[in-house]
Amino acid sequence: MKILVPVKRVVDYNVKVRVKADGTGVDIANVKMSMNPFDEIAVEEAVRLKEAGIVSEVIAVSAGVAGCQETLRTAMAIGADRGILVETDAELQPLAVAKLLKALCDREQPQAVICGKQAIDDDANQTGQMLAALLGWPQATFASKVVLAAGQATVTREVDGGLETLALPLPAVITTDLRLNEPRYATLPNIMKAKKKPLDTVKPADLGVDVAPRLKTLKVSEPPKRQAGVKVADVADLVAKLKNEAKVI
Amino acid sequence: MSEYIAPVRDMQFVLKELAGLEEIARLPGCEEATPDLADAVLEEAAKFAEGVLSPLNIPGDQEGARWHDKAVTMPKGFKDAYKLFAESGWTALQCEPEWGGQGLPKVLGAAVTEMWKSANHAFSLCPLLTTGAIEALVLSGSDKLKQTYLEKMVSGVWTGTMNLTEPNAGSDLAAVRTRAEPQPDGSYRIFGQKIFITYGDHDMADNIVHLVLARTPTAPEGVKGISLFVVPKFMVNDDGSLGARNDAWCVSIEHKLGIHASPTAVMAFGDHGGAVGYLVGEENRGLEYMFIMMNAARFGVGLEGVAVCERAYQRARDYARDRIQGTDIGVRGGPKVPIIAHPDVRRMLMSMKAQAEASRALAYVVAAAHDTAIHHPDPEARKQNQAFVDLMIPVVKGWSTEIGIEVASTGVQVHGGMGFIEETGAAQHLRDSRISAIYEGTTGIQANDLIGRKMAREGGATLKAVIARMRAVEAELGAQAGEDFAAIRRRFGAGIDALARAGEWIVATYGQDVRAASAGAVPFLRLFGTVAGGWQMARAALVAQGRIAAGDTDPFYRAKIVTTRFYADHLLTQADGLASTVIEGAAGVMALAEDMF
Repeated sequence: MKILVPVKRVVDYNVKVRVKADGTGVDIANVKMSMNPFDEIAVEEAVRLKEAGIVSEVIAVSAGVAGCQETLRTAMAIGADRGILVETDAELQPLAVAKLLKALCDREQPQAVICGKQAIDDDANQTGQMLAALLGWPQATFASKVVLAAGQATVTREVDGGLETLALPLPAVITTDLRLNEPRYATLPNIMKAKKKPLDTVKPADLGVDVAPRLKTLKVSEPPKRQAGVKVADVADLVAKLKNEAKVI
Repeated sequence: MSEYIAPVRDMQFVLKELAGLEEIARLPGCEEATPDLADAVLEEAAKFAEGVLSPLNIPGDQEGARWHDKAVTMPKGFKDAYKLFAESGWTALQCEPEWGGQGLPKVLGAAVTEMWKSANHAFSLCPLLTTGAIEALVLSGSDKLKQTYLEKMVSGVWTGTMNLTEPNAGSDLAAVRTRAEPQPDGSYRIFGQKIFITYGDHDMADNIVHLVLARTPTAPEGVKGISLFVVPKFMVNDDGSLGARNDAWCVSIEHKLGIHASPTAVMAFGDHGGAVGYLVGEENRGLEYMFIMMNAARFGVGLEGVAVCERAYQRARDYARDRIQGTDIGVRGGPKVPIIAHPDVRRMLMSMKAQAEASRALAYVVAAAHDTAIHHPDPEARKQNQAFVDLMIPVVKGWSTEIGIEVASTGVQVHGGMGFIEETGAAQHLRDSRISAIYEGTTGIQANDLIGRKMAREGGATLKAVIARMRAVEAELGAQAGEDFAAIRRRFGAGIDALARAGEWIVATYGQDVRAASAGAVPFLRLFGTVAGGWQMARAALVAQGRIAAGDTDPFYRAKIVTTRFYADHLLTQADGLASTVIEGAAGVMALAEDMF
């Protein structure tokens, strides 16, 4: 069984992001970039399935600038067998990425795509779902447990009311939640091996995909500064403020 | 609370732009160490240091290693962390591929080691000592010893120690009294007590391989009668499995100022019939073998100075950003500001940052020279690089660890009263840093090694070659426009003058009045470190200027020039005064009779 794992290169979660002065986006020049943490969980899950003998090959895929090669090497250091980079300097929106992934699925014929539920940069939470729709595959999102067997996946997912368990026929798209696993630290021998694993680069045009953005970003701005708190005189005052100012009761 | 974030950006800069990683990767045997591999290794090591080792630093200090029933229990979490560390292959980074190592160059090992030390000084000592023991066995051990021990030590399944010190044999190893009695089967029985044995016992690994200095019955007195032995905690059977417990016991551990999580053992060998030991190399050559690995260990300890500069700086910076106190100086009734706005706090932070960067650059450049000295195809290049390494190791060790203590102390100062309270973590850095200027040879020992063995013995030839390299950088600085570079050049030039003046005096005086030369040895080491750090900062500023001129807008480069300017005006200015102390200070040191103290 082959598994495809899409990985996104995002601003490292430790970095305090800054909005560009002209409001067109976030400044990522000279900022530390890393693999989206949810995608790291996806890679870890796929590699564990491989180690358990259920999966035969794990293919990491990324779309974006040449720097995404580093992200793919990180995935291969965790244990992915090879990487594919769809290289483009264009702005990529979830639909475009889903289309690119669909084209790669058509080519590679994986039995499952395991991807992060969302990326920590735009928090869109759309790519996996769009990909499932484009492929016509079933999907199980926000997975906290994944069991793969011949022709079927059993996925426990985190929903507002608790846990829900779905059975779905393969091929399928599964998106990972935070508690699915704890990604390992890559070992030094695997970091060195990752360098020698195959990494193919294709262009969106090679896959016949038009990645032109469908959405237009109007403006990006800092969240409003938190206001100082106020002291209330008594409970009645507190209730009044909650009712009239905060409008939460 | 400040979390450790490995300074990967500066490490990459130093490795590529100052230490010449690309040239190292072209040397035979170093081909794996391409810049992109180095980036990946740094990234993953950073994750490990930040995510596994750093969170154990304060709990490890508070709980400490504990001794009971002749055994040591490590603080909570250390055993698992060590297991993960070894399984991740970090112990094998610089080791020979023949024994399961990755054979990566020392310059990359230096950067990774700095991370372990910044994240958790006490933890980092276990692999440091193991690496030293591995080197000694690789260089001098018999095939049988290598086959029995090396693979397990390289993989980190077993750890190693260095047993040198005895109650009456500290810096003076000629006084070693531990006995080794030859047995009919070719092994020896070891009897004696060793103290200050770092990681002499612990519960993180299945076996501990002690390297022990001892005297055979026929050995001559003094340093020429000391032999080196392997003494395992558990005997090793022919099939590699562990056998009987050897008669080598940890009978207590020390209560210390710092590095509480690192067990400092008193080891008793042979209290119950004799500890089985195996000779390493030939009899009476033990000290020679130890000194080979001592150079590596001294360099490793030098990295502790770099590491604590960085760690203390990060903690102080984070606190200074958060702590709101007072208004901007000269502004009445204005808003309260974080203390990082105050000029004196800024001065302290700059001095911490500048010394962290300078000591890092110098250490990595020396590590790169060491790689070149081992791997370069041209014997002349190997020789020159080895001479440079030999000259600079006491400087890296002595200078970096001394400024490490000062920077850690400044870190406490930035915190104000809270720095004196253990809760902030600043005090731990100061306590932990203190040992680095003592073990593996005190600063005084380093300085005597520097002026005697490394300078006077060869008439100061290598020092002159280093000064010539510094002069070339000074000339390059002269070609740059702007006030920053004018100031850097002026201060650096004066620093080189001071180093040359004091260096010539040392070489000329050593043969005639060794006491006078020795009285100025530590100030000279300080002077050398200060100017050598300035040398590397000047090179960094030149690279940064080149990038800026080429249109690079990364603020890192501008910061490098500013930091170099600070280093020039605040640290290089000390060079001339230190030179005067070296040359004119001896009279005051020795004039007072002993009974006047």
